Amino acid sequence: MKKRILIAKVGLDGHDRGAKVVARALKDAGYEVIYTGIRQSPEQVVETALQEDVDLIGLSCLSGAHIPLFKRVMELLKEYNLNIPVFCGGTIPPDDVPVLKKMGIAEVFGPGSSLKLIVEKVRKLLGEGEDNGGNT
Amino acid sequence: MDLKKIIEEREKWESGILKKFLEKAPERKDFKLDFGPKIERLYTPEHLADWDYLDKLGFPGQFPYTRGVYPTMYRGRLWTMRQYAGFGTAEETNKRYKFLLSQGQMGLSVAFDLPTQVGYDSDDPMALGEVGKVGVAVDTIEDMRILFDGIPLAKISTSMTINSTAAILLTMYQLIGEEQGADPKILRGTVQNDILKEYIARGTYIFPPQPSMRLVADVIVYCAENMPKWNPISISGYHIREAGSTAVQEVAFTIADGMEYVNWVTKRGVDVDKFAPRLSFFFAAHNNFFEEIAKFRAARRVWAKVMKERFGAKNPKSWMLRFHTQTGGSTLTAQQPLNNIIRVTIQALAAVLGGTQSLHTNSYDEALALPTEKSVEIALRTQQIIAYESGVTDTIDPMGGSYYVEWLTDTIEEEVWKYLDEIERKGGMTQAIEVGYIQKEIADSAYKIQMDIESGERVVVGVNKFVDESEEINIEIMKVSEEVARRQIERLQRIKSNRDNSKVEEALDMIRKMAEKDESNETNLVPHIYNAVKHYATLGEIVQALKDVFGEYRAPTII
Repeated sequence: MKKRILIAKVGLDGHDRGAKVVARALKDAGYEVIYTGIRQSPEQVVETALQEDVDLIGLSCLSGAHIPLFKRVMELLKEYNLNIPVFCGGTIPPDDVPVLKKMGIAEVFGPGSSLKLIVEKVRKLLGEGEDNGGNT
Repeated sequence: MDLKKIIEEREKWESGILKKFLEKAPERKDFKLDFGPKIERLYTPEHLADWDYLDKLGFPGQFPYTRGVYPTMYRGRLWTMRQYAGFGTAEETNKRYKFLLSQGQMGLSVAFDLPTQVGYDSDDPMALGEVGKVGVAVDTIEDMRILFDGIPLAKISTSMTINSTAAILLTMYQLIGEEQGADPKILRGTVQNDILKEYIARGTYIFPPQPSMRLVADVIVYCAENMPKWNPISISGYHIREAGSTAVQEVAFTIADGMEYVNWVTKRGVDVDKFAPRLSFFFAAHNNFFEEIAKFRAARRVWAKVMKERFGAKNPKSWMLRFHTQTGGSTLTAQQPLNNIIRVTIQALAAVLGGTQSLHTNSYDEALALPTEKSVEIALRTQQIIAYESGVTDTIDPMGGSYYVEWLTDTIEEEVWKYLDEIERKGGMTQAIEVGYIQKEIADSAYKIQMDIESGERVVVGVNKFVDESEEINIEIMKVSEEVARRQIERLQRIKSNRDNSKVEEALDMIRKMAEKDESNETNLVPHIYNAVKHYATLGEIVQALKDVFGEYRAPTII
């Protein structure tokens, strides 16, 4: 069965070019991708993750509100006892990367990250070996 | 010029000098434009064989305005240097405005935070983390008063990037102007008020398309009557381009949006020449230098024809496409950030050679955060160097007559007309957006661009070529403190406890009552919003009153 990935836009930010491109690339890489659309509260994101029974969550934010918003998502996942790995992307200054990792976010993809790298890391996060190559 | 002779000579050149040269040294690759066509090795009079100067270009300040909307262009007056700015509280942003003005900036451009743009007060749970982040937080007229403290609104022009809540911010501005003694009739500036591109690309819609279009029209009609020097809309291709469209799609979708607004307002019985002279536009300037210059020229020509021929506008001012430009935010890189200064310079130059009326130049640090005072100063200086040192402003439309640029201008125009026809076949822009056609076109282009970057076919210096493996991005970053939200909420609560709540309730009820009535010039909502704002109704309260009647829009997700 295909692994399921949720791509979520957290907060009020409407910039979803990156989120959509990543969603499409993951689809092309053989995953089932659910995209939330823009303007989701942390509560809505976790709710969707639960309902859709996803294996991985990708958060996107380009408004500079990533720290308080992603933090809330991580807290809620804990509250719900959901052990789903999380990665994120957006306009994230280098200084914030360790802060996000400390919250439990596994990977942070800043501007200019290649899709190849994102797909590679996603495979790892899903516990798929490098040479198991593709989920097709 | 004898075309036959030129063709003969060209063939001779191809079979002689060129052929021999290519045998030894083949070209690096095939060259093509993002929107499809192949780029020829060389452009000559052959490419402009049936090209008629008077028909295609004419003279500046004259239909079809290809060479520019004013007869003297920058020889008379330079473009307005206008940096988009706003962050944190009104006090902090006011300080940044005063700094920018002291450095030679000529007009203001207000960035509002997302809660202000999508209709939440700073204390709303939905505003979590967002207060003061991408712009200044405005909850009530008190914030606006502080924002423009010590800035004479009678003398300056102000652009506000505000859409769904445009009527609220516009009337706040008008009220502050009146407090300063400025007659609304002399206030100059712009509200973006372009809701269609919010559904397509930018995402700050609140209400469903129909009532949203009513609000847009209300603002246009209100300004035509009360604020004749105000641009009530800035029809924006910028965000469409930033969402990943090609240059052709940017122009086509923007003009299609413009046509939809003109349709809507004229259907209300307003004469086209009463409001069309005040419609303004906003485009992006990206890296492909000649393509961008041609794009601006083509856009002017298409709009002039649309207004004159399709809508029958008689006032030449209704035919003119006046536009603001911002350099392309999505072209900036986090890697080797100082390279962005050069990208911005090239893009700004294209905007100026394309005849822009005002310009925002991005700062080198904006792939990572809002700009610092230092980075924004360099961005402003970039414009000043182009304006005062480069000589490109000395004559009008210096690219005019270039075989390549004229071919490009014609080609872009042709492709734009094709899209406009297609949109018409789909039943107009609102329809084309509702079925997701426009969004899908843009998403496809965006994905293609990313794929070309992945494959290396499209080079981004410092990202997929000339990468500095040991680079540690180490520049000063501007940060907005979480304290801002606390201070903003305190102020909001203070205002709520000091105002006359019965007056506020009355004003909000009136808004609801008028919103329930059918759209018409008599049920224009703007005067009622003015009244609510005056009595310190908050932005969130006014939006809630409108939501009570209009409902909220939930967009389909299109990947």
